[in-house]
Amino acid sequence: MSIAAVYPTTWRRPPLFGSLARQRIAIAAAVGYLVWSVSDLNVDYARILAGFPRAIDIFVKMFPPDFARWQLLTNGMIESVQMALAATLVGVVLSIPIALAAARNLAPRPLYLAARGLIVGGRTLHEIIIAIFFVKLFGFGPVAGLLTLAFASAIFLGKMLAEDIENVRVGPVEAVRATGAGFGQTVVYSIVPQVLSRAVGVIIYRLDANVRHSTVIGIVGAGGIGQTLSASFSRYDYDFAAAILLSIVALVALGEWFSDWVRRKLR
Amino acid sequence: MTAAALEKRYPDVWRRRSRREVVIAWLWTAAIAFAAAWSVSALDIEWAFFADAHEQALDLVERMWPPRWSYLPVIVRPLIETIHIATLGTAIALVFSIPLAFLAARNTTLNGFTWAIGRALLVASRSVNTVIWGLLFVAIFGPGAVAGVCAVAARSVGFLAKLVAEAIEEADAGQIEAITATGAGTAQVYVFGILPQVMPVLIGTTVYRWDINVRESSVLGFVGAGGIGLHLYASINQFAWQQVLVVLLAILVIVLLSEALSAYIRGRIS
Repeated sequence: MSIAAVYPTTWRRPPLFGSLARQRIAIAAAVGYLVWSVSDLNVDYARILAGFPRAIDIFVKMFPPDFARWQLLTNGMIESVQMALAATLVGVVLSIPIALAAARNLAPRPLYLAARGLIVGGRTLHEIIIAIFFVKLFGFGPVAGLLTLAFASAIFLGKMLAEDIENVRVGPVEAVRATGAGFGQTVVYSIVPQVLSRAVGVIIYRLDANVRHSTVIGIVGAGGIGQTLSASFSRYDYDFAAAILLSIVALVALGEWFSDWVRRKLR
Repeated sequence: MTAAALEKRYPDVWRRRSRREVVIAWLWTAAIAFAAAWSVSALDIEWAFFADAHEQALDLVERMWPPRWSYLPVIVRPLIETIHIATLGTAIALVFSIPLAFLAARNTTLNGFTWAIGRALLVASRSVNTVIWGLLFVAIFGPGAVAGVCAVAARSVGFLAKLVAEAIEEADAGQIEAITATGAGTAQVYVFGILPQVMPVLIGTTVYRWDINVRESSVLGFVGAGGIGLHLYASINQFAWQQVLVVLLAILVIVLLSEALSAYIRGRIS
């Protein structure tokens, strides 16, 4: 082997996918998929081109955002926040049995599998799909939204909590059990103290997520600011829609900042 | 040491919490109870709906069974479209997220002003839900998959850029310095010094976002932005519950498959 092959004088960037051949295959596959999917979607280019002037038109109509109907706006926002808050609390309560059942080290096998099945199934369906069913069952309004978010929160918190419970140190559990404690006492005195601080962080995170989701499930009639937003869009009321969008961005940013702050404090 | 002090240090009875902790715990409980009461009372809940909810639910389940499998061939193309929307949207987001991440990272942005612009774009992109982006793009491009792709891209850009920007801020300074020492310009430092370092984060978050996007795309049809959601919405409005069940099961399958694929790829990378 020549020295130049072992110690080349020019540097080549190492390929991303192991070897150069594999990188070429990956790029070819990506380009192939791109061509196939774009052609498969029947993209109407004339309509896209027509869209740009319309985008500018909508953008112009959005300015200045119309805060004149601030009462409608604040009512929707408060409803969203209430929905998120109530849903988080209900979700926390419901998540405890789910978490206990879905923790491999606590629950008997059949119960564990059933709870895991519930978690996998519940996580898969989008909040909006769940909201439709609750709207069918409980009518239009914030109750459907509250139940949707509560359901989604219970599943999410249940999953996170179950993982924490599975990672608990065994020593304290055995120590409490050795004193003759029953199942409930073991959970309260050995598991709760170990998972509590992490659980509070996850709950705050979920509260933040619920605020974000509460702004959207109104689109299918489940209350909150989403309902107001959807209505203003369908009436081409773009300056009011802009006001709502700005408020949502502000609320979500605030929620995220709060959640980050609390979790930093906990650490 | 007096008897009282001894008693305080070695109490006969074990208490889990000190008096101060008990007070704090009660204050927390009160605050949470107050929050619960406020949020629930103001929602003016119609409790009558709860009375027959279980009957309604059972009724719904009965009407859904058995699933009408003959509907399956009809929804195969919309299912593929759903995945296309998620994939193309993620791909577009990936392209735009790289410059945005460099703009929003403290150590690579030009000045305080550009950093603020980058951060504002991140927050705006992330705060608006995919479905709300969908509403906006349907108003612009009309109903169809194009609006869906744009909506997915608009939401994902901020998600990807935020995580990549964090990775850029944590990039190893030694490698950047080494590239700079060879006389590389700013662009070359970014491409050869920083980009390779953030590549694993970039690919990992993109794949992760893709599987979230498959789930999001399943409902974009509700606002007219293409995909399987349109058929789900139509079936619900026609009270064709047996079709609804087929669509739900189909969504379940594609979401689970994409989640498994994404987890597999991420497992291979890290």
